[in-house]
Amino acid sequence: MNMMHYWRAMWGIIGRELWRFVTQRERFISALVRPLVWLFVFAAGFRAALGLAITPPYETYILYEVYITPGLIGMIQLFNGMQSSLSMVYDREMGSMRILMVCPLPRWFLLLSKLLAGTGVSILQVYVFLGIAWFYDIHAPWQGYLWVLPTLMLSGLMLGALGLLLSSFIKQLENFAGVMNFVIFPMFFMSTALYPLWKMKESSILLSKLAQYNPFSQAVELIRFALYGQFNQHACIYTLVAFLIFMTAAIIGYNPSKGMMVKKGGG
Amino acid sequence: MKPAIALSVENLSFSYSGKKALDQVSFKICAGECTLLLGPNGAGKSTLFSLITRLYDTHQGHIELCGFDIKQQTRQALAKLGVVFQQTTLDMDLTVMQNLRYHTALHGMGRKEAMQRIQKELERLNMFDRRFEKIRQLNGGHRRRVEIARALLHKPALLLLDEPTVGLDVPSRLAIVDYVHQLAADEKLAVLWASHLIDEIYPDDHLIVLHKGQIKANGTVDDVLKITNTAMVKEAFYNLTQGEQA
Repeated sequence: MNMMHYWRAMWGIIGRELWRFVTQRERFISALVRPLVWLFVFAAGFRAALGLAITPPYETYILYEVYITPGLIGMIQLFNGMQSSLSMVYDREMGSMRILMVCPLPRWFLLLSKLLAGTGVSILQVYVFLGIAWFYDIHAPWQGYLWVLPTLMLSGLMLGALGLLLSSFIKQLENFAGVMNFVIFPMFFMSTALYPLWKMKESSILLSKLAQYNPFSQAVELIRFALYGQFNQHACIYTLVAFLIFMTAAIIGYNPSKGMMVKKGGG
Repeated sequence: MKPAIALSVENLSFSYSGKKALDQVSFKICAGECTLLLGPNGAGKSTLFSLITRLYDTHQGHIELCGFDIKQQTRQALAKLGVVFQQTTLDMDLTVMQNLRYHTALHGMGRKEAMQRIQKELERLNMFDRRFEKIRQLNGGHRRRVEIARALLHKPALLLLDEPTVGLDVPSRLAIVDYVHQLAADEKLAVLWASHLIDEIYPDDHLIVLHKGQIKANGTVDDVLKITNTAMVKEAFYNLTQGEQA
């Protein structure tokens, strides 16, 4: 087993995912429609109801659409992470996951490659979304568009690893609806994606605490600061630690000797 | 010279929540040998395949592929293994070539080597002209051929086939049966073929009859007929499995 083997296998997995994504036009469009509806409809309606004070990284008063943009970027990556995990469950039920699992490479590496592939897809979606948002007069400093790339990588990995972890526990495709209700929605709404922490504190201390410790909030803040050329160290460490925890648990979940595969009686 | 042992299974047992699916299963398959694994539904065939492919962990017993322990030397062992699963595992929206290139990438093959191997395997199965067609456009028999070609791309020593002819029409089925037997003879490939179709057995094949997780017979077709004192495999199978349908 040499390094070249790892390299080729990783690009094989990433290339396949990217190809599938660009050729599945419906998936590409639906991935964009969701955040755009939030931006054009929800944010426009909410603008009048929510007054925003000047808080870092913003240096002036901002429109609600500007505030919500990093949250919607997080939303794209959150849904993409869950979509990847859904496709893992589907692949496992349909059997194509087996081809990956019987190839002569360590399982952690195969899962990591899958994760990188999913993250690559989500980054593509994010940049298309930012391009459309630019025409809607949501502008970040040009350097922000570069700075945000490594943070998208980290946040995408963290949310993808969460999806991977969930996929190792989901028995059947039908159970995925539960994930939507119990993971995606609470994670999104109990975060700083839609409203800042201080605003949440005004109505509920508990909710603001939950939002503060929600790793999705930290990923959104990491993206928000990076988009304005600033580095949020706390959010970065928090997101990184969350990624490591989710990834380790997912690898254990997919390990034939320790994980859920045997209990499920399927591979 | 004695042929090399491609697969060795020793005292293998496996349970699902206390219910035994395999009980002290032991057998060996040598290079160039085509072994048919026969058993009724629920005999433990799929469990055995999941253990050999390391989708499940081996708790009791021992599996070796070409001398590599599947548990301790997983990667070396899996590199020697080609598998055709019962369900199709091809990506329907990708072309034949894309599916095969994905497999060669997973096995670390460079572009040039991959293209040569793909051409060789597809030509042998008369599928090379269809390499740019999407899997969705192919019929069941052709999909199976692509899967067999894929399983052979990395030159495995052992080919596992889990009921690969299920759902195929008679000519497609016979063509695949013939091709795999030819591979075992010409390429000295060891084959383990799970089946429930008696007519897929050739006179020179080895048979393993699995029933309720236990091996009821293991040997050449003649051996099995002798043990059961029968004239036909169908009868022998019927006797060994106490009348259950294959």
